[in-house]
Amino acid sequence: MRSYQLRWVRKRWRVRALRKRRELSSVVDRTETIKPHDILVMSTLRNERIRLPFFLSYYRELGVNHFIFVDNDSDDGSREYLADQPDVSVWTTKASYKRARFGADWLNWLARKHAHNHWVLTVDPDEFFVYPFSDTRNLRALTDWLDASSIKSFGAMLLDMYPKGTLDAQPYHEGQNPFEIACWFDAGNYMISKNPRFGNLWIQGGPRARAFFPDNPARAPALNKIPLVKWHRAYTYVSSTHNLLPRGLNLVYDEWGGEKASGVLLHAKFLSTFGHKAEEELERRQHYAASHEYRAYAEKLKDNPDLWCNWSEKYINWRQLEILGLMSKGNWA
Amino acid sequence: MSVGFVMLVHTALDRAEQVARHWARHDCPVVIHVDRKVKRHDHAAFVDSLSDLENVRFSPRFSCEWGTWSLVEASQAASEMLLKEFADVRHVFLASGSCLPLRPVQELKDYLAERPMTNFIESVTTEDVPWTVGGLDEERFTLRFPFSWKRQRRLFDAYVRLQRRLQISRKIPDGLVPHLGSQWWCLTRQTLTAILEDPDRPTYDKYFSRVWIPDESYYQTLVRLYSTNIESRSLTLSKFDFQGKPHIFYDDHMQLLRRSDCFVARKIWPNANKLYDGFLSENAAIMTGAEPNPGKIDRIFSKAVERRTKGRPGLYMQSRFPNDGWENGLTSAPYAVFEGFSELFEDFEDWLARMVGARVHGHLFAPERAEFAGGQSVFAGALSDSAKLRDYNPEAFLTSLIWNTRGERQCFQYSPRDTKDIGWLIAKDANATISVISGAWAVPLFYSNANFSDIRKEAARLQKIEAEHLDALRSFYAKARVRIWTLADFVENPMEPLQTVIDELGNRTLHRLTEAPRMVSLEGFGQFLQNLKNQGMHPHLMGDFPMSNTVERNQKKPRKPYLVN
Repeated sequence: MRSYQLRWVRKRWRVRALRKRRELSSVVDRTETIKPHDILVMSTLRNERIRLPFFLSYYRELGVNHFIFVDNDSDDGSREYLADQPDVSVWTTKASYKRARFGADWLNWLARKHAHNHWVLTVDPDEFFVYPFSDTRNLRALTDWLDASSIKSFGAMLLDMYPKGTLDAQPYHEGQNPFEIACWFDAGNYMISKNPRFGNLWIQGGPRARAFFPDNPARAPALNKIPLVKWHRAYTYVSSTHNLLPRGLNLVYDEWGGEKASGVLLHAKFLSTFGHKAEEELERRQHYAASHEYRAYAEKLKDNPDLWCNWSEKYINWRQLEILGLMSKGNWA
Repeated sequence: MSVGFVMLVHTALDRAEQVARHWARHDCPVVIHVDRKVKRHDHAAFVDSLSDLENVRFSPRFSCEWGTWSLVEASQAASEMLLKEFADVRHVFLASGSCLPLRPVQELKDYLAERPMTNFIESVTTEDVPWTVGGLDEERFTLRFPFSWKRQRRLFDAYVRLQRRLQISRKIPDGLVPHLGSQWWCLTRQTLTAILEDPDRPTYDKYFSRVWIPDESYYQTLVRLYSTNIESRSLTLSKFDFQGKPHIFYDDHMQLLRRSDCFVARKIWPNANKLYDGFLSENAAIMTGAEPNPGKIDRIFSKAVERRTKGRPGLYMQSRFPNDGWENGLTSAPYAVFEGFSELFEDFEDWLARMVGARVHGHLFAPERAEFAGGQSVFAGALSDSAKLRDYNPEAFLTSLIWNTRGERQCFQYSPRDTKDIGWLIAKDANATISVISGAWAVPLFYSNANFSDIRKEAARLQKIEAEHLDALRSFYAKARVRIWTLADFVENPMEPLQTVIDELGNRTLHRLTEAPRMVSLEGFGQFLQNLKNQGMHPHLMGDFPMSNTVERNQKKPRKPYLVN
């Protein structure tokens, strides 16, 4: 019964994506260069020019073959910069990010059109994918293993990284690895519950819950993500990359005591660029739940907060994250 | 005298070519079977790429599918060709396209030359096999399997069920004792020709063509008919995960593979350039003469299987979120909960910290804030002391705390004033040691400066909560180690229970306690309880507390620690 109902939900998002495609206009379309086994990255962005060089080089290094971007009306040269890259296709829109369900409709459409039968990594420009053995095995090794194991989706929790000291103390410059500055994280203050409707886990916690939402934890942002999917044209992301339909794709966790393999999305949100961004986003009011999150940020940012504490952990590598229990090798050895 | 290879190839043809060339160049003839499903164009290119080597042949092609007879047919045809066309071959080594030789070919030749009559084939009776996929071991030999497990799973399962219901059982041909083992073997010419040229072969083939995964049982069973010189192990290092699919080797396994001293490993990831370059280059040819020793690799892979099936106890994370009852340990390490002690003793926490090598927290679940040891506002793993954040998911708070402090024993205080929701978790947790002085929550009320009617109300509330909590601790579901004293009993003779509690915590010294914590003065407490009774409340959890203070003697000099023995 429920699965039948969810089928209609999925169809609804698919139709919606179809409708929202009209909002997108192509800037550069190089999708015909995509080869059958290519790994794709999909992303929406607005005014992220300063982050793009490192973002592209990070994922190229991992073995991504093609990037698909939706530019939401940037005016800082992001679009032009991307259009010049040989492995990037860009669409642009001036339409509302919020009314495209925070970009999900646009990406669902483009994925359906260009990502069928490809492994797709859907990440924001400030999210950096880390997975077991990511220092010695490229993304292709992971996707080959997932294929061999008949696994269609791979979970990677969002891990908020922050600097020691106030956010504006160390300015970020173009091309720099953001984790030279924001190299600290919270190792063990995460809260998990199950979303009974879609079957995904709902994870909250970390420095954002600790610093911005201690009095209203229910509002703390969701950290669960399923960014890597062997895409089929019938799939849809439901809410950001937190969950998908059909529901089976959300079962990236084991319920019988074992551990499935999982990764982490290092989140380079808290850099010197954050204050400006938070103001701008608050003004645009284009974010989730009446931009509640951004209002909380703006409130705290007035005091120029330091997210660092005595118990913050300094990032070393994926093995550290695996030992801390934030991700797992599962049975990949 | 030499060894020849039979190679079964279906993907990554460029790698297969590299390996075949390596063997062929070291004077080992190679017969390659290419899956019929490989496209004609790719096949032609592959054949062409090896055309310069005169000791490489291609056998008749079969369309192969995992778990079916076709794989045996392919290896039979290729083996026959190898034996016929290369008369000096003594051992036939069955390999796949994703195999990689780890040691110099000459070493393998020497090794086999020293054991000219030995057949290397894993061959174990069905009763002794721990690794069976799909719950089928003996039934592999007694049922029929006309459907594909990969493509027609439903039909496959239904047909198995039907045969079980009808109790259909195939007759195993006379003289055969089913054996199973790795499908990668190395047999002598003598044994292999005996199998292939047996006049009964059509009978056996007919039988095995309906056995499930016959490539793991055909040679393994028949070899027992013709040879007594069997080393029941494979020369090919091949590890399987919990679903029965082979583990894959990558560049970062280089050192591990080097040290394993195995002759051949599979499966190698086709893009593992370092492995292929390293092991196929001539200068890497160091002769060690050692026996194969896959122990270390075994450990790594069996750990992986354990992680996937059992996981790390007490860990809740994005890819491990067990259903109720499947946690394999609600928390990751032992910890102790004290209820009523810090109410009764002024300096209990400091005293406990001195007595045991553990981290002693205050009331972690206090309504105001989480009282971490040392009054810190953030604790291990960056847990916040915010009560709201903690109470949003108190179970996660506790399991995270225990997980974050692995290696250090945690103790904390708990009382009916604190977050209730955690009560069942600690009761059900085998890692918890819970010591309770029931009714001790009344002591702070006795000392409080509130109106008596409020005190009475609060006392009733706390008593109700504690009574429910004690029910949980005493229930059938409780797995924690629980000790409960009533306040009256405890006060009567505090040293003995304290000693018990400390001993259970694994005291560092294991000596008798020489120092007790300071008990608050209970002078007038009996009267206080009587007043509650007079107001119509029934304080029963304290036990039978006397009106006039009998413990008064102990309390005369409350400010000084006293010595026992």
